[in-house]
Amino acid sequence: MIHASGAAAKLQAAGGVRSLTFDAAQPLQLSNGENLAPLTLAFETYGALNVDRSNAVLVCHGLIGDQFVAGPNPVTGRPAWWPRIVGPGRPIDTNRFFVICSNVLGGSMGSTGPASPAADGQPFGLRFPQISIADIVRAQSMLVEALGIQNLFLVIGPEFGGMQALHWASAYPRRVFACGVVASAARQSAQNLAFAELARQAIMADADWRNGGYYAHGVRPARGAAIARAALSIASDAASEVRHRFETASAKERFSFAQSNEEARAGASHVERLDANSFLYLSRAMDGFDLAADFGGRLSNAFQDSQTRHGLFAFTSDWRYPPQETRSIARALIAAGAETASVEIPSAKGHEAYLADEPAFEAALTGFIDAAASARGLALQGGQ
Amino acid sequence: MSVAQLELVHPAPLPLQHQVSEPRPEHAVIARFINIGARVLDVGCGDGALMQLLERERDARVRGVELDPAKAQYCVTRRLSVVQADADHDLEHFPSGSVDYVVFSHTLLSLRDPQQALKTAARVGDRVIVAFKNAGHWRTRLRFAREGRLANWRPEAMCSVRDFAELARSLRLSIERAVPVSGQHAGAPFAKTLWRPNWFAEQAVFLLTP
Repeated sequence: MIHASGAAAKLQAAGGVRSLTFDAAQPLQLSNGENLAPLTLAFETYGALNVDRSNAVLVCHGLIGDQFVAGPNPVTGRPAWWPRIVGPGRPIDTNRFFVICSNVLGGSMGSTGPASPAADGQPFGLRFPQISIADIVRAQSMLVEALGIQNLFLVIGPEFGGMQALHWASAYPRRVFACGVVASAARQSAQNLAFAELARQAIMADADWRNGGYYAHGVRPARGAAIARAALSIASDAASEVRHRFETASAKERFSFAQSNEEARAGASHVERLDANSFLYLSRAMDGFDLAADFGGRLSNAFQDSQTRHGLFAFTSDWRYPPQETRSIARALIAAGAETASVEIPSAKGHEAYLADEPAFEAALTGFIDAAASARGLALQGGQ
Repeated sequence: MSVAQLELVHPAPLPLQHQVSEPRPEHAVIARFINIGARVLDVGCGDGALMQLLERERDARVRGVELDPAKAQYCVTRRLSVVQADADHDLEHFPSGSVDYVVFSHTLLSLRDPQQALKTAARVGDRVIVAFKNAGHWRTRLRFAREGRLANWRPEAMCSVRDFAELARSLRLSIERAVPVSGQHAGAPFAKTLWRPNWFAEQAVFLLTP
């Protein structure tokens, strides 16, 4: 059931931004065998669904992200996280496409997660069941079905969201016309596992974490969460930038170089978007992602006979999800015979280049989306 | 929040320039070799000019592989399905018989192992099309005889029409058609008699079947 605007037919009304909530009628079957009910997903939509319902785009957000892909977050006041990519006249053009972005299962921006009340009325905390990327995608698929959309024109996301997009294309090949994977991987690298573990340890070492039960005590493990954020933020910079920061800060700072005070505050506000327990659950789900392992160790089997068009985008200075990861996905897609476009964008901005002003990335993404749109029979901008 | 408000939040739309490069004479020959609606793999597709020609003229489903990041990105921007990859390593990942034609337009000889690449291409495609610069052309021979050097030498294999016919024979690929191209014009197809194209063709386009 969709709240706030009712039936899917209303989504065909022209344009606009909506903040909606989806309450699943059925329990969600999790990969670990448990059932999760009730299930709520908070989501945003932009633009209008066409009559054929063939212009729907699902954007999957990153680990520290939310559903506010193209408009500001009303809770934290933070601006849209991907305004360069999603919006009017942007590569994912909200004048052409009906864009859905949901807060993931396990998130903390209105979707069911560790901060949600369990059956006893108290927040789940660590009683929340273990979740995987497959569960996150299954929850999204329930939402998409409830919106009356049989086929998504495009599923796309960066890093964590790219993993969801890959899983979508592999698990529901007939429901995904095109799949966009940005600065992501088919499997979490050992280095990312290590960073994520350090980030989780930082949260759990915070005295305010209270073994996951901080909700009842009216505190938040803000310090641990800020360190977690810093760990990921350092890794998201280009290697040259990390060195530069070290060299410029080492004159003033004795030990720490990563954060100026200003950045520490920014980091803190960043983390506030994400509940610390959500971070634990979601980063754990991300670490467990290994698409090839689900298919006998051969990634190409995940895409066998796939009719989905794939677009892969990597950035040269990204050392969290380096271009080699994208290359191995491209190789698997080639071996599966799937239609693929894959590019490595030269950038000095590290992992977060996907958020930055990278005209080459925007141009290539636009080309990929326009090619898919014309293959799908959707009108291109300018009536071409 | 209305769409008009959103427009204030988002940066201005990106200007996209679609340049159309001049069709090259060997591209027209290649296009004539290809059946309507065929699946084509263009190895070393460069700026994608041939891919666009084949999509437009032959309604072909074309995919490309390109090593140069800037060119691959240019192709994807032009809505082409191009993977930035190294044909020396990645060609072997393509499944057998997955396309109708594998095309090397002035790219085969730049690969590390052209012979192996040709063998792989014959497995991946039902047919293989190769366009290359004929090193046996009289001007090349004359210059080499007079000056003892190759003009515009690049570190890639040199191949004459005769060499290529011999290479195809050694890989048990039969030559279905062969067309000489000189200047902007394609010549009459040749078959058994190789001396004439070997002296006078600036480039040659071969259609091979396993």
